[in-house]
Amino acid sequence: MNELNTLQAFTPLLPEIILACGAMLMLMIGAYAGERSGNVVNGLCIVLLLVAGAAIVWLPGGKTTMFGGSFIVDDYARFLKLLTIAGSAGALILSLNFLSREKLAKFEYGALFILSTLGMMMLISAGDLIALYLGLELMSLALYVVASYNRDNAKSTEAGLKYFVLGALSSGMLLYGASLVYGFTGTVSFAGIAKATQSGASVGLVFGLVFLFVGFCFKISAVPFHMWTPDVYEGSPSPVTAFFASAPKVAGIAIFVRAAIVAFPGIAHEWQQIVVFVSLASMLLGSFAAIGQRNIKRLLAYSSIGHMGFALVGLAAGTAEGVQGVLVYMTIYVAMTLGSFAVVISMRRDGKLVESIDDLAGLSRTHPTMAFFMAMLLFSLAGIPPLAGFFAKFYVFLAAMKAGLYTLAVIGVLASVVGAYYYLLIVKIMYFDEPAKGFERMPVLLRLVLGVSGAINLLFFVYPAPLLGAATVAAKSLF
Amino acid sequence: MTLNWPILSVTTFLPILGAVLIMLLVRGNEGLAKGTARWIAFWTTVVTFAVSLLMVWRFDASSAEFQFVEKQNWLGVASYHMGVDGISLPFVILTTALMPLCIMASWVSVQKRVKEYMIAFLVLETLMIGTFSALDLVLFYLFFEGGLIPMFLIIGVWGGPRRVYASFKFFLYTLAGSVLMLLAIMAMYWQAGTTDITVLLKHGFPLGLQQWAWFAFFASFAVKMPMWPVHTWLPDAHVEAPTAGSVVLAAIMLKMGGYGFLRFSLPMFPEASHMFAPIIFTMSAVAIVYTSLVALMQEDVKKLIAYSSVAHMGFVTMGIFAATTQGVAGGIFQMISHGIVSGALFLCVGVVYDRLHTREIAAYGGLVNRMPIYAFIFMVFTMANVGLPGTSGFVGEFLALIGTFRANIPVATVATLGVILSAAYALWLYRKMIFGALKPGLESMKDVGWREAVIFAPLVVLTILFGVAPKPVLDMSAASVAQLLDGYNKAIAVKKTAEVVPTQETSVSTAR
Repeated sequence: MNELNTLQAFTPLLPEIILACGAMLMLMIGAYAGERSGNVVNGLCIVLLLVAGAAIVWLPGGKTTMFGGSFIVDDYARFLKLLTIAGSAGALILSLNFLSREKLAKFEYGALFILSTLGMMMLISAGDLIALYLGLELMSLALYVVASYNRDNAKSTEAGLKYFVLGALSSGMLLYGASLVYGFTGTVSFAGIAKATQSGASVGLVFGLVFLFVGFCFKISAVPFHMWTPDVYEGSPSPVTAFFASAPKVAGIAIFVRAAIVAFPGIAHEWQQIVVFVSLASMLLGSFAAIGQRNIKRLLAYSSIGHMGFALVGLAAGTAEGVQGVLVYMTIYVAMTLGSFAVVISMRRDGKLVESIDDLAGLSRTHPTMAFFMAMLLFSLAGIPPLAGFFAKFYVFLAAMKAGLYTLAVIGVLASVVGAYYYLLIVKIMYFDEPAKGFERMPVLLRLVLGVSGAINLLFFVYPAPLLGAATVAAKSLF
Repeated sequence: MTLNWPILSVTTFLPILGAVLIMLLVRGNEGLAKGTARWIAFWTTVVTFAVSLLMVWRFDASSAEFQFVEKQNWLGVASYHMGVDGISLPFVILTTALMPLCIMASWVSVQKRVKEYMIAFLVLETLMIGTFSALDLVLFYLFFEGGLIPMFLIIGVWGGPRRVYASFKFFLYTLAGSVLMLLAIMAMYWQAGTTDITVLLKHGFPLGLQQWAWFAFFASFAVKMPMWPVHTWLPDAHVEAPTAGSVVLAAIMLKMGGYGFLRFSLPMFPEASHMFAPIIFTMSAVAIVYTSLVALMQEDVKKLIAYSSVAHMGFVTMGIFAATTQGVAGGIFQMISHGIVSGALFLCVGVVYDRLHTREIAAYGGLVNRMPIYAFIFMVFTMANVGLPGTSGFVGEFLALIGTFRANIPVATVATLGVILSAAYALWLYRKMIFGALKPGLESMKDVGWREAVIFAPLVVLTILFGVAPKPVLDMSAASVAQLLDGYNKAIAVKKTAEVVPTQETSVSTAR
């Protein structure tokens, strides 16, 4: 009886347990079935992710804390975990065809995705600094490996190494920050820190906060800790880049928001300044630096830097509306990112992948449907209504205006106009230029991802209520 | 008046339905497919026009209230709220009326990617109708900005040699103006707790917010209008766009700016409008004189008409911010008239461009010898552009000028100069192109065919009809204009007394 009770107490952990055991199982299957099993295991991994997602939906709502407050399952965590799983599963779907074409289909690939996703879910649910660090490292270690997954390729190896060295540095900073926070508050739990900082902060604590935030900014590639992003995006195999651009960003933003809102509400004024600066710098750099890029993956890297800046506008507001804005932003961002990477991965000519934006020339005539969806995604990334990307920006700026962050809002929207320029540039290449030689036929799975993401993007405005409602509930659970 | 079907939504979204039909039914871009796409687009726009006429029939012009109102929950923040009053209905009709003509005008001249072309125009029509009939700020913004996407593609894909530059300039200029408006919309939301236009019209914003919001809206509408000195995108866009694109730009999209001033700036920020009216007057006067002079120097027909559009829009802004009955009514009438006339002028250019493939004025001359009917049509619209009594152009300019005379005499005087200048460039253009000896290379020019005649006939009739009997248009908007100005004058009066009262108090306290 007693044992049963203990087991029951673990039910909120079910999705994580599924993933953890599943990852082991996948490795076993792979090890026993040998090399040929590569994409079968990877396909099973997608199923595993979907099962974990179903478990999240199936488990009862409400807020549960476990392990003495270090693991929190609330609406906020549920929302973001589903989003992470969607991002990971999407990236895996994008991978299957790519891996078999490039002869990279090995079973470790899927297992690493699962482990990384597990780390992200741990991170999203983290209720203290230790759990945070554990989740972060589990996520990152798996990411370092998949970055250099194409190990015979110099660029891919370089990407992995660069990511690892800089990632280790940022982890060190985060750990240092965490130790300072612990030193000055005497606790590692977010709730305890919140209590200790009610009446303001000492200089040491602010230092700790800064270091902690540096770690977060690195993970979400916000300026000025974005240097690794273009190189890693360019060097990594394209589906891995799609993965980097979606799920880990969600997890990074998730813990950033939770830590700031839950652990440091007392010194909101202090961290708001940091977030405002980081957000401004990211929006501006993302907009201006992307203009000169000719490689589409580098361009999307700068674009993602800019988007993180926009998402942080919501956090800078520091209110429930702001958090809701961040959640809506991240959801739409993941959809747009996966869709645009579906196009990037299908840029294959004469059996070889091409990555220059000039290769898209005249796509509207060689592949009209693909060009149409891509163009709509690009307009959406630029934030033009009535596409989904507009609503993403709408909600974060709405929160910023309420919080009185007028300067941030004005510079932000103007940066989005600058950003629109380079998105338009790609539309121009696809629609106005003379066609280059067509690409190979787009694989079915990529079509599926592009179709789903395009549909979300185009039709979001028809029925926005479900996402908005879920985001509101999720945001409220933090306050 | 009970309605059991949402007539306004049907009008708005019918074109999209047509676009979807084309997308689903038409495969490829060859002979038959082209024809199908054209016919579907044509009938869609015709049916849309018919439905919108039904609205005119059922419209109660004696009421200043919004009619055909529909409301649905939508974003939480904003709702799907549509409706028209006497100010917006004329623009809706203008849009639906011109679209079939635009499709017909593109029948022969557009041979490249016809299917996509028609889809872009139909989507654009929905967005334009929506802009004029949205009763929620966010919804309005959605339609207003959404129009950029199809127009960008229309200019960029089917445009002239400098189309890339023109389309980028058009897109980025308009976007930069509009994003500030979006922030103002958000600020208004937090102030008033809603983005419902009907509520906001009665809200009464504090002066500080009024001033900022006025400038933010101004940034957007001034670019769209366009007002001097942010008009530079317009000549480029007009010149490079295909004929039908120029028509839509000049006839309808420019009017969104004027409509915005009427719908938002004047009634929602009356005190700020009153305060900043001198800025508008100055900019309008400069626009009228300066761009008319620039028009005199043009060598490209389309560019000349584009600059003349900027000048004519100067009359509109001047009339609107004069905030007198004549001024506002004149502004609205001028917009409708300009919609017909400038659209027709661009179509006239399209006719000769289709034959000779150049827009250089110097290439033409003596066309009257080969194209007598064309010469007549062109003359009607040239005269309307000049503002000759008996054409619709006269009524609008005259009313706007009278209205402004009551508000600001020097500005009205300068603006009157513009009327003379417009006669100068328009007649000069007409003489160069139509009269004189036939230029070499023009011997084989054919006169307008039946398709072109069908396009021009309604426009000629309307230009003269509205010139002789402007009453239908003026009556349609009279009640709404009266209500708008009533609210405006009340707000100004309150502000004036508020300014007077404190000075009395201070004088009392000093007397003590």
